[in-house]
Amino acid sequence: MTTHEGQDKIYAELTEIFREVFMDDDMTIAPELTAKDVPGWDSFKQIEIMVSVEERFGIKLSTREIDGMKCVGDLAKAVASKQGG
Amino acid sequence: MQHLRWLPAAADARARLSTLDRAGSDVWAQARAFAGTRLDFVASNRLDAIVQRNNGAAPPADLAAPPVRLAVLGSSTLSHLQAPIRVAGLRRGIWITTYENNYGQYLQELLDTDSALHAFKPNAILFAFDARSLTQAVHAAMDANGAEAALKDAEALILQCWQAARNRFGCPLMQQTLLDIFPSVLGNNEHRLPGSRSWFVRELNFSLRRLADTHGVDLVAVDQAVSQDGLAAWHDPALWHRSKQEVSPSAGPAYGDLVARVIAARLGRSYKCLVLDLDNTLWGGVVGDDGLEGIVIGQGSPLGEGFVAVQEYARELARRGVILAVCSKNDEANAREPFEKHPDMVLRPADIACFRANWDDKAANLRAIAAELNIGLDSLVFLDDNPFERNLIREHLPMVAVPEVGDEPALYPAILADAGYFESLGLTEEDRLRTAQYQENRAREQLRATSSDIEGYLRGLDMKLIWKRFDSVGQQRIVQLINKTNQFNLTTRRYTDDDVTAIMADPNAFGVQLRLLDRFGDNGIIGIVIGRKTDDVVLLDTWLMSCRVLGRQVEPATLALVAQLSREMGASRLRGEYIPTKKNAMVRDHYAKLGFSVTACDPDGHSTAELALPGFEPTPTFIRVTEG
Repeated sequence: MTTHEGQDKIYAELTEIFREVFMDDDMTIAPELTAKDVPGWDSFKQIEIMVSVEERFGIKLSTREIDGMKCVGDLAKAVASKQGG
Repeated sequence: MQHLRWLPAAADARARLSTLDRAGSDVWAQARAFAGTRLDFVASNRLDAIVQRNNGAAPPADLAAPPVRLAVLGSSTLSHLQAPIRVAGLRRGIWITTYENNYGQYLQELLDTDSALHAFKPNAILFAFDARSLTQAVHAAMDANGAEAALKDAEALILQCWQAARNRFGCPLMQQTLLDIFPSVLGNNEHRLPGSRSWFVRELNFSLRRLADTHGVDLVAVDQAVSQDGLAAWHDPALWHRSKQEVSPSAGPAYGDLVARVIAARLGRSYKCLVLDLDNTLWGGVVGDDGLEGIVIGQGSPLGEGFVAVQEYARELARRGVILAVCSKNDEANAREPFEKHPDMVLRPADIACFRANWDDKAANLRAIAAELNIGLDSLVFLDDNPFERNLIREHLPMVAVPEVGDEPALYPAILADAGYFESLGLTEEDRLRTAQYQENRAREQLRATSSDIEGYLRGLDMKLIWKRFDSVGQQRIVQLINKTNQFNLTTRRYTDDDVTAIMADPNAFGVQLRLLDRFGDNGIIGIVIGRKTDDVVLLDTWLMSCRVLGRQVEPATLALVAQLSREMGASRLRGEYIPTKKNAMVRDHYAKLGFSVTACDPDGHSTAELALPGFEPTPTFIRVTEG
């Protein structure tokens, strides 16, 4: 799988997760999306996203990684690096 | 670790939820079916949001169980557990509204009558304390006296909460046991360190069991679930530091189910009957093809031992009051043969209250089983190794619980136990005798079949109706009957333990429990009547009866007793009331049949009827009525 295909797959999964968490079937996400851009993205939704990501991708995100994330792109990068091993 | 492993997987959960979200009105039935699948916490949240938006604050009409207003009180973050608790209620057809205290303010809110908690008016309370808040004073440098004092302090705090809740709300209380989240500091012999927080939590959990029994509080034993599933399945230390969620969101649905099954048990809504398939569920192979000698059951083969374990677990359930039934596609003689003749069978014919082996479809047979046992289809759990049969029942009879089991019988007992279908808050004498009672019923049926007329049958039964005023010995069974009887129930008023205690103390009310004995055995407590006197009228607030004694003249015999008790209180009239529900049409004309005059009848079917006591002569019956 090329890096590009891998990225697409991660974003497709992340889109599913965001749609579920925010209960919005039309939601779209982009790398630069941040919590400030999405109404209702509070600390609890943040946790739901992180736990869902961990379950869906079968990975564990550390406190440092989560604290370092500024936008969806950072989350996607963290997933890619964990999956890559 | 798979939470809710007994539920079938939810295929296409998000797509189906979004369809349901757009469905518009009246989503309860579909949502309930969906709650019967294995949803993760995000899907649970969405399902809850759909139901909440659809129904607003109001439960759907005609639910069998009364709406529950549950306050969840604790010292850490609990908001993520509210939706899973509501969804687990939905799974059992129970409408639950929840309240969560302001962060850390549980005691203040309990004591302050102006608090939001009081405004919420809970009819059930769950205390969910986190382990850290109750162990703040405990540390490894403590000696045994210090640890003992800390334990007493923690117990005192919990008791204070229970007592405050009891005094102010008089409702059923639940106490969540503590999660042992602490890493050990000694190791294997942790118990030798008096100030070990881990050991302290385990000791407190032990104390909670004793205290809960003394104070009539029901436990939600998260510690048992954690000891099975592993702490990591329930608790994530990093999440605690981030959000103060002691139970992690992924475990929310499992937590909700533990809470809802205790609520259901308190309401008399636990499942009652385990219906067993035979071939490859109770033994290996197909008895019709392989013959009595060919089936795999018993010691000596790993598979045969697995089936023995399934049967032993079923027998343990039966010994504490779960009814066992058989539903199998087989010729009946073939199906019965192992029960009668195979030396390694654990279950014997006497253990099975209802045996259906034929070639009809299983949905029809489950209906027949429920009808014969006089219980609702929503009381049945159907255990079958065959995915086709499981799906057929889920589709045709969604109210029947069908655990998702694979082809490894060794796992069946644990799956059934984890599912908590038969959750019980304690045993009544009735529970212990239940299977025998169903056996006696069959003997009665045989007498009926051989009697030439109904009078001869009734006379031959040699019936005795033994009545007693409500008392603490019978209280558990009284509350159970009041909350689970749907069909022969004139008013379907549901009462709690505390309500029943209040009736016992009320000089202007009587509550009687009726037990029916006959030559085949003791039918147990089969009827409840509550009367309330105002001026010279006794209003029959509640009259209910177990359907298994229908057609036995219990109704006129009960009326004779009620009339006598009312006369003794100085009443000159009885007033009966019929409040129609989905399930009680059978008693619509109950009072008219007993000679009451109908005095009012609303268009919705709600009616009242009266009987003048001065001229009343009881109808003779074949029942002897005595106080006992």
